[in-house]
Amino acid sequence: MLVELGDEISPEVNRRVRELSVILMENPIEGVIETVPAYRSLLIIYDPLKLDLVMIKNRMEDLQKKIGEIEIPEPKTVEIPVVYGGEYGPDMEWVSQYHSISVDGVIQLHTGTRYQVYMIGFMPGFPYLGELPEGLATPRRETPRTVIPQGSVAIAQRQTGIYPVESPGGWQILGRTPLKLFNPLHSPPALLEMGDLVRFFSIDEKEFKQWQ
Amino acid sequence: MAVVETIEVLTSGPLTSLQDLGRFGYGRYGVPPSGALDIFSLRAANLLVGNKENEACLEITMFGLKIKTLRDVVIAVTGGDLRPFCNDKPLSMWVSFILKEGDTLSFRGMKSGFRSYLAIGGGFFLTEVLGSRSTNLSSGFGGFDGRPVKKGDIFTAHSLHPHLETEGRWFPQDLIPRYRREWRLRVIFGPQDDQFTEEGRNTVLNSPYQVSHQSDRTGIRLAGPSVERRPNVHESIISEGVIPGAIQVPGDGQPIIILVEIVTGGYRKIATVITADLPLLGQIKPGDMVTFEEVSLDDAYEILREMEEKIKGFRRRYPPLPRRLPALHSVCLIQTYGPVCG
Repeated sequence: MLVELGDEISPEVNRRVRELSVILMENPIEGVIETVPAYRSLLIIYDPLKLDLVMIKNRMEDLQKKIGEIEIPEPKTVEIPVVYGGEYGPDMEWVSQYHSISVDGVIQLHTGTRYQVYMIGFMPGFPYLGELPEGLATPRRETPRTVIPQGSVAIAQRQTGIYPVESPGGWQILGRTPLKLFNPLHSPPALLEMGDLVRFFSIDEKEFKQWQ
Repeated sequence: MAVVETIEVLTSGPLTSLQDLGRFGYGRYGVPPSGALDIFSLRAANLLVGNKENEACLEITMFGLKIKTLRDVVIAVTGGDLRPFCNDKPLSMWVSFILKEGDTLSFRGMKSGFRSYLAIGGGFFLTEVLGSRSTNLSSGFGGFDGRPVKKGDIFTAHSLHPHLETEGRWFPQDLIPRYRREWRLRVIFGPQDDQFTEEGRNTVLNSPYQVSHQSDRTGIRLAGPSVERRPNVHESIISEGVIPGAIQVPGDGQPIIILVEIVTGGYRKIATVITADLPLLGQIKPGDMVTFEEVSLDDAYEILREMEEKIKGFRRRYPPLPRRLPALHSVCLIQTYGPVCG
């Protein structure tokens, strides 16, 4: 079942998704096997041998009434170090030319914003972060890369994200973080979760290597 | 000795991996369920050799796996008929057999279906990662070292009790699925069917689609008549969670049936394959023809309950054997990680 809480990408709609998701976690429904909170929706996967749609709809309507009523813990804020440009950010030059601003200007714009994790998806631990300042809104690469290194920090349109493992992808790469975004042996397995707040800060190559 | 070596891989074939019923509860971190695509065959294989239904099995795709047994074991092969041979004799499927130490088992080609499941009595000794023994192939964790199996791998049993007494069990003939090259999959419309035209909805129900070669455990790509969206409806949507069986329609109008290696997607879903038919998706191969048939949600529940009754009936006849764990401390010694021993 898909619970829709709006039809737009906005921090407010996304916050309501988070609230409902937290309420559901604190009031678990037997037979629900998976929930996937996203930008504007909460996917609920249930075992049809234990629950049917009417039952789960009723339960969710009750829980939805609690949005705004009960106190939800504040999302955590995570600071993420990034070495920008050079071999770590192969699209930095292109992005800076595209917007006719200096590389430092791009870094300032990217680090000067506090982002919200709208969704974790595409692959384990990949955070979709918004919203990128308008002055940095950039189209995807015309030809996607076949290999993007682990930890790459990239942008596309009004979003920024981090590749948790080496993978193909079409976003423009600005830099790389030494932090590990996903570790299946940790609990929770991802550094970030939906609803968290993120700030990037710039480090140099030496600091990057020390981090590892 | 806490574990015993059971099987050595001589050749792996194009894709063989260890899978159980799947990994649930981590979708919010972007972790897909993975797991066996044909869970009906996986459950049957496990019950045949006295295992619990969610034990990990080898999922063999197409052909090419060849193994040698390192001790006497009981095994069962279910799912698609990939022409299994024991030494040089064809091996019956959907039945439990003892393989003697030194026997070889090979899968020589596709007769019907696309994936076989090989269960071994006592299971495979694997560490659970995020609550499952399934292999996540894209991020490389779970299963055996987080990767497909390869030549030289040696598997161990996580029990000293090899279930040899289960030899000779047969899965009831009338419950064994028949895999043809034409598939009729039952669907319920939604969640975004209202964003397609009446014509588009009719196209999906009345057209045969051919399975593309670009299909994998992430999705089955179909080729056929384009499914029409309503005018002014953009080709992509704000990304959201997806479930296995969802039929998404990207910009080119060619449907893709979502499988088990992805949790989010940015295209509209016109319909969803019913849970009872999901195991069939694991047996559909490139070149096959697929048509869709609409059923009501109530019918979908009923069909699933009927299927579950069949499995339950078999399980009542042959309940899983209790697992005899070796001494706990010795298990922990060889486990490098994992929340619970055993």
